[in-house]
Amino acid sequence: MKQLIHLAAFVAGSAAVLAGDVTGTITLKGTPPPEKPIAPLNADPNCGKVAKGPVTTRHYVVGAGGGLGNVVVYVKGGLEGKKFDAPATKAVMDQVACLYEPYVMAAQVGQAVEIRNSDPFLHNVNFMKSDAGNKTFNFAQGGAAKPVDKVFENQEVFVKFQCNVHPWMFGYIGVVANPYFAVTDKDGKFTIKGLPAGKYTVAIKHLKAGEIVQELEVKDSGAELKAVLEVK
Amino acid sequence: MISVELQPRASRGLHLFAVFTGLWALMVISIGGLVTSKGVGMAVPDWPTTYGYNMFFFPIRLWDGGIFHEHLHRLVASGLGLLTLILAAWASFVRSSRSIRILVWVAAALVIVQGVLGGKRVLLNGIDFLGMPGSIFFGVLHATTAQLFLGLLAVIALLTHPRWRAELRQLPGARRGGWVAALTALTLLQLMIAATMRHQHAGLAIPDFPLAYQRFYPPTDQTFLDGLNQRRLGVVDDAPVTAFQIHLQMMHRFVGMLLVASAIVLWLSCRRETKAWRRVLGGWLSLYGIQFCLGAATIWTNKAADIATVHVSVGALILSGGALLAVARFSMERQFRRAFQPCSPADGLLKSAAESGVPRIS
Repeated sequence: MKQLIHLAAFVAGSAAVLAGDVTGTITLKGTPPPEKPIAPLNADPNCGKVAKGPVTTRHYVVGAGGGLGNVVVYVKGGLEGKKFDAPATKAVMDQVACLYEPYVMAAQVGQAVEIRNSDPFLHNVNFMKSDAGNKTFNFAQGGAAKPVDKVFENQEVFVKFQCNVHPWMFGYIGVVANPYFAVTDKDGKFTIKGLPAGKYTVAIKHLKAGEIVQELEVKDSGAELKAVLEVK
Repeated sequence: MISVELQPRASRGLHLFAVFTGLWALMVISIGGLVTSKGVGMAVPDWPTTYGYNMFFFPIRLWDGGIFHEHLHRLVASGLGLLTLILAAWASFVRSSRSIRILVWVAAALVIVQGVLGGKRVLLNGIDFLGMPGSIFFGVLHATTAQLFLGLLAVIALLTHPRWRAELRQLPGARRGGWVAALTALTLLQLMIAATMRHQHAGLAIPDFPLAYQRFYPPTDQTFLDGLNQRRLGVVDDAPVTAFQIHLQMMHRFVGMLLVASAIVLWLSCRRETKAWRRVLGGWLSLYGIQFCLGAATIWTNKAADIATVHVSVGALILSGGALLAVARFSMERQFRRAFQPCSPADGLLKSAAESGVPRIS
């Protein structure tokens, strides 16, 4: 019995060793149009009070060296036939100063997404249309309302949230069927943790710049991925 | 065919009430247009309640942002429903003709259907119908029904006028009724195209005018669409532009130009008509010119909500005006036919009677 436990521990340890992290940077080629000020937000009687200065759109967040933020990087192929349990931890989408925070996030299929409202007034959260058969919803969330959990059953990059009370409010979730995904930071950097060694197809998707796919071989030590999205 | 046997004293109030109801309907359409222009149709996610409240008791302190427009639209539309039911009951109570009684109850049924359509547009927003999202299917249906309803109210207002026949006799020689009807039908088609465009919620599929992406007809291949969608950075994150939307807007432009050209031809062809008829027709036809300018302004202002809404309202006015004139014209023709029935074939006489002056109607 003791030997069996040792064997199980060895196998588990090996599996851990054989999974690596994928790190990388997504950059943007080309110059996107300038972002626009969200004038209605500052003009709104409620939103104007909680806004911290002038606010602009966030379509292209381009950082140092052309790094592109808000890109969802996820494993699209190479995991066929495998099933993944949804994590117990919740992904959080908040409504702050009449904006969704974060603007772009990712969650796993089956994972609870906690939708909060940190503003002292009402928003509605409208997931209007799903191309992947996810259940749509539209609910109101007052200032003092409790967070609402939502679960998405199918992979869909992106699920779009919208507040119709404040029609400039949009937020996006990349819902991925496996746990191997990440969202780039403001400098375009990302890390996907614990991807087992093997060959994969990785999708790199941005709301505006579009999607590219790239083949990636992950070794025990992990892998590095660099990709370029282009604005034409 | 429509006929009226209302007693003048009994119908004056009814007529004024019908006019009031029509103006109220125009207001409802305008507020509805504003709701779509601002993209706040889903600001109130439930129906017939408003955030769980009975809509008539929804606290004013909660009328925030898009809720204000959507909730106001519901309340004003509810008022229109009430007005229409009163109009139907009133017209049935007084000694109005069978035609009017039918029309007012059709209007009453239509306003109820319209209310339900508005509710379904909210509740079935994410569900597909006939290959279209519910937001588009019910939105277009809701918008088109509104226009037809206003046209119907305009006709009812005309027919309930105590001396509408006598008034029409002031327009002797009025011709081109078929033209007016054809132009009105084409206007309805144009309004349906416009409603389909507006309910795509994709902003301006073509942002320039009179050219389209600096061309007479823009390309619609995927490479072109990908490029333009990458560069559309709106405050309101509109849906990506599709080839369908570009073709639709081009069709809207083409039909718009056709309508203006037809209006000009119709106006020119009426040079020999009586002054009174030309004045009435000219007033209506000039709306096409105004509407064309508003369409251009809608594009040049990047679909500013107020301009786009006025564009919707004037479209409604044109349609209801066309319905009014077409019905008036065909009613007059019937009067002529009745008057000269014994002298059939009436065509030649009808024409000469129409051109010579006011026929006496027994």
